[in-house]
Amino acid sequence: MANKQAVSFKLNGKPVDVLVEPRELLIHSLREKLLHTGPHIGCETSHCGACTVDIDGMSVKSCTVLTVQCEGAEMLTIEGFEQAGELSAVQEGFTKEHGLQCGYCTPGMITRAYRLLKENPNPTEEEIRYWMSGNLCRCTGYQNIVKAVQYAAKKMATATA
Amino acid sequence: MIPRPFDYHAPRTLPEAIGLLARYGDEAKLLAGGHSLLPMMKLRFAQPGHLIDLGKIAELKGIREEAGTLRIGAMTTENELIWSKLLQDKCPLLVEGARLISDPQVRYKGTIGGDISHGDPGNDHPALMIVLGASFVLKGGSGERVVPADGFFLGNYATLLEPSEIMTEIRVPIPAPGTGWAYAKLKRKVGDFATAAAAVTLRMKGETVQEVAIALTNVGASVLRASAAEAALRGKAFDDAAIAEAARLAMSICDPVPDQRGDAEYKTAMAGEMTQRALRSARSRATP
Repeated sequence: MANKQAVSFKLNGKPVDVLVEPRELLIHSLREKLLHTGPHIGCETSHCGACTVDIDGMSVKSCTVLTVQCEGAEMLTIEGFEQAGELSAVQEGFTKEHGLQCGYCTPGMITRAYRLLKENPNPTEEEIRYWMSGNLCRCTGYQNIVKAVQYAAKKMATATA
Repeated sequence: MIPRPFDYHAPRTLPEAIGLLARYGDEAKLLAGGHSLLPMMKLRFAQPGHLIDLGKIAELKGIREEAGTLRIGAMTTENELIWSKLLQDKCPLLVEGARLISDPQVRYKGTIGGDISHGDPGNDHPALMIVLGASFVLKGGSGERVVPADGFFLGNYATLLEPSEIMTEIRVPIPAPGTGWAYAKLKRKVGDFATAAAAVTLRMKGETVQEVAIALTNVGASVLRASAAEAALRGKAFDDAAIAEAARLAMSICDPVPDQRGDAEYKTAMAGEMTQRALRSARSRATP
């Protein structure tokens, strides 16, 4: 194929290479080439946040980033959260507090909540709602998502205390 | 929704980027945060043959203070503005404005320079730039020029920026101590553009308005400076009658496009309401 280029980045700690046309969106490379189907395609218009991944310390909507922009990046997707069979604190929070119903938005929610707690380990409810506002959920009404993030914040505070 | 094919360039330096622009001319588009351009390319409203990504040019990032002026690299992101201690101290209006832009993920990518250069009347920085008396550094093959924000915005997607130029820096004079400020923005939901918004800076002398600047977002083909409203306030007592008259004059220059956010009459009324709210907030923050 003409005009394809190789792009290398780190995905959940492992180096990967993909061969893409410059116009290929990151979400498609992740799902179709790298078989990481955790990040979901919701709206494809950077509104819903279901495709959120973590790139170089930023929560990013992968439907609105080109794969070629990610050369040399460090990337984290929902597949990278569980460690040796143990759920991460945010994942545990979403299960304990019923932070999901259909689960479609959950990978994006958890990935976003992870970065929020890295930046602000002890957020108020208002801060959680403001800094999670790029992720839409049509089931929960957000109440339990807020509780899930609060649960994770507490758990992480205890772990580091 | 996938863009048409294009060639991708990721220059590491500004001269390299300017050289690429010179070579590809009208066929090229600059990629900043990409959260306006990529959606337009997906919808095929924009179909550049060459995409020049400014994301790897370190010199376009960062916020610093130099001789009473804030110098903000054009590729500085909205979240970087929000988290800047320097801006919080010296120009909190920019922080208040950036916090009202889109959503957290978009703010990690969206840049101040992209927002300004795009020329979309729905973007928020143009109004902030006008009331702050900012200027923009534009660099091209034939050198550099610095242009004031007031006059830069010509119409829908039209600015003074030439196709051969890159906006490299935004210069914001630090407002005088005691200056009041506010950005009042009405939006239907997180992530939406303004139904109407108003930016204000205000200096008081006792109970009298010494200096005021008012600019309106998304109620015309470009950002609007409400000069008549400003003139009506200057030198007057800041009271309900003066605020109402300023709002009436601001509404008189509005010419919004009706869309799902409302008809022209509603948007114009909201521009008046946002003007009043921004003026009152600015007054509450101003000290004589």
